[in-house]
Amino acid sequence: MKPSRDQKIWMYEQMHTSRYFEECIEKIYMEGKTPAFNMANGPIPGEMHLSNGQEPCAVGVCAHLNADDIVTSTHRPHHEAIAKGVDLDRMAAEIFGKKTGLSGGRGGHMHIFDARVNFSCSGIIAQGMGPAVGAALSRKLQRKEGVAVAFLGEGAANQGAFHETLNLAAVWKLPVIFVIEDNAWGISVAKSASTAIERNDKRAAAYGIPGHYVPDNDPLAIFEVAGEAIARARRGEGPTLIEIETYRLAGHFMGDAEGYRPEGEKEALFARDPIPKLRQHLFDNEDWSDAQDQELVARAHARVDKAIQFARDSEYPAPEEALEKVFI
Amino acid sequence: MTVATKERKLTIARAMAEAIAQEMRVDERVFVMGEDIGPLGGVFGNTRGLHEEFGSERVRDTPISETAFMGAAVGAASDGMRPIVELMFVDFFGVCFDAIYNLMAKNTYFSGGEVQVPVVLMTSTGGGYSDAGQHSQCLHATFAHLPGMKVVAPSNAYDAKGLMTAAIRDNNPVIFMFHKALQGMGWLGTEKDAIVHVPEESYEIPIGKAAVVREGTDVTIVGITSGVHHGLKAARQLAERGISAEVLDLRSLVPLDRSTVIESVRKTGRLIVVDEDYHSYGVSGEIICSVVEQGVALKAAPQRVAYPDIPIPFTRPMEQWALPNADKIVAAFETMENNA
Repeated sequence: MKPSRDQKIWMYEQMHTSRYFEECIEKIYMEGKTPAFNMANGPIPGEMHLSNGQEPCAVGVCAHLNADDIVTSTHRPHHEAIAKGVDLDRMAAEIFGKKTGLSGGRGGHMHIFDARVNFSCSGIIAQGMGPAVGAALSRKLQRKEGVAVAFLGEGAANQGAFHETLNLAAVWKLPVIFVIEDNAWGISVAKSASTAIERNDKRAAAYGIPGHYVPDNDPLAIFEVAGEAIARARRGEGPTLIEIETYRLAGHFMGDAEGYRPEGEKEALFARDPIPKLRQHLFDNEDWSDAQDQELVARAHARVDKAIQFARDSEYPAPEEALEKVFI
Repeated sequence: MTVATKERKLTIARAMAEAIAQEMRVDERVFVMGEDIGPLGGVFGNTRGLHEEFGSERVRDTPISETAFMGAAVGAASDGMRPIVELMFVDFFGVCFDAIYNLMAKNTYFSGGEVQVPVVLMTSTGGGYSDAGQHSQCLHATFAHLPGMKVVAPSNAYDAKGLMTAAIRDNNPVIFMFHKALQGMGWLGTEKDAIVHVPEESYEIPIGKAAVVREGTDVTIVGITSGVHHGLKAARQLAERGISAEVLDLRSLVPLDRSTVIESVRKTGRLIVVDEDYHSYGVSGEIICSVVEQGVALKAAPQRVAYPDIPIPFTRPMEQWALPNADKIVAAFETMENNA
C-alpha cells in the first residue's frame, strides 16, 4: 500500500506543521528562563519534550486513521497530536496553561486529551498501552469500527506493561497497533545498554503476532507498514508490533545538554532530517514546485502562528478552578 | 394479624453478583474482567453465575496481568464501556497501581471533564484467617488518600448490592472493597451479621452516605466493613453496663460523610474509630481530625482501634492479637472514662 500523491503531501504538511510548532515552543519556552534556567519560569513552565525529527512516525501511521480511531501517545506527544487532528489552538493553549486549553490548564504538555478525535497521551513510560488495548476491546465488544494505536518509545519495550499488553492484545485478538519510535536514547541511556535484543519488533514473535521494523525514519516506508498493520486490525486479524528507527533531533527535554551523545551524532542526524528528504522526494517524483512548496509551508506556519497567538492571548484560569473536574 | 415478611438472606458475594447481573441485563456497556471471574465465579464468589448467563465475551477471564487489564479498563471506559474489573486481593495493587492512580483516577481531571472513566474496581480486603502479609491487608487509606477515585466498602449484603448498583451507574471510577471475612464464603470465617435480607429488585445505596446502624447517646463508634461488626458487638457489651453506644457504618470513604459523624459526636461527645487498616496516617485519624476540626465539644479524647503499624503476621496468635475486635473497643471506651 503506497501513499498517493495527496497522502504524501498531507504527510509533508503535517511534518512541517509539527516541526514549526516545536520550533515556536522551543523559543517561547526559553522566555523567562535566561540567564538562569529555571523550569518553573516563563510562559511555558514545566518539562518540555520536543518531537523534532520524529514526525515520520506520526504522519506515516496517522495517515491511515480517522477521528474515530484511538491514539494513545507519550510524554513526547505533539507530532502525534497534530497528525491525529487535535485542535491546535486549544492544544497550544493547554501547553501555555490557559483557560481555553483542552483541559483548562489541568494537564499541560504531557496530558493532552482531545476526545473529539480520540487522542490522549500520558507522562509515564508504556502507560498508554493498556488504555489502547482497552479501547480496542471496547470497539470489539461494541462491534464498532475503529482501531487503537499506542505510540511508545524504545525504552517502553523494557517495561512490564509492554509485555502484559502485547500478550493480552494477542490472546484477545484485538484491533490495536503498537508503534515503537526508536530514537535510540532513553534520556541518556543508549538502547544498546538497556535492551537485550537489537530490534524490538522481534519481540512480537513471543506473542505470536506480526512484527515489523522500519529503518531510516522514512515516512513513506512507515506509511506502507502501518497501512498493512492497520488494515489487518480492521479486518479483525489482531494486533501488530512495529518498530521505527527515528531520530530525536532535540534533547530528551528542553535544558538537556546531551553530553551523552557521541561526537558528530547530532550533525549526522540533522543531515538525514526527514523533512528536506521528503521535500526532495516530492520534487523528484510528484511534480512538486517551489511555489507549491512555499505555499504549503506558509499555510502550515500560519496555522501554528494562529494557535500560538490564541494561546498567548487567552486568559489564565481562576486558581480555584483547580477544584473542579475531579469527578463528573 | 400476621405480617408477611419475605426474608431473602444473601451473602455479600451473592448480593454483588446479583447487582452486576441486573445491571448487565439492562446495560450492554457493562462487562466484567479479572482473574478467575469467569466459569469459576470469582475466588470470592462475587461473579458466580455471570459467565453462565452472559458468556465469555462480557465476563472475561484475564491473564495474570493486572497492569494490562487495569489499563485496558481505563481505555474501555473512556471509549464508552462500563467495565467492572477485579483485583483479586487489594494487596496486589502494587503491580498495577500506575494504571489505577495515574490513569483511572486522573484522566477525567486531565481532560477537563471531557473524558469519563466509569470503571468499578472490586477488590477483596481483610485478614483474620492466617493468609499473612500479602493477602490480608485493607489499604483503605491508600486508595482513599489519592484524589479521583470514589471508594466504597460495605459491611452487609444489603449495602453491597445497593453500593454495587450505584458504583456501576456512576460516571467516575469507584473502588469497591469487600472484606473477605464478611463475604459469606464459609472457608474464610463468615460473619453471620453480614448476611441480611436483600430485596430482589434493583436499588442504589448513595455513594458518600454513612448509615447509623445502632442508635445511642453515650459514645459514637465509627467503623467500616469488619469494623462495623466489631463496633456492634462492643455496643452490645457496653449496653450490659448501661452505656448507650451509637454505631456508624461509613460505607463510603470517598466521598466521606463527615456530617453524619460530626452530628453523632455532637450528641454523644465521645468518639472511637475502628479500622482494620493500619493505625497511622489512616481513616481513623482522618475521622477524628474531621470532628476535632469542627470544634465539636468532646467529653473525652477520641480513640482509635486500628491495625498496628506492622506487616500482617502469619501465625494465628500474632495475627489475632493484632486485629481490632470488640474487646479492644470496650477497652478504648474504658480508657476514655479513666482519662476523662
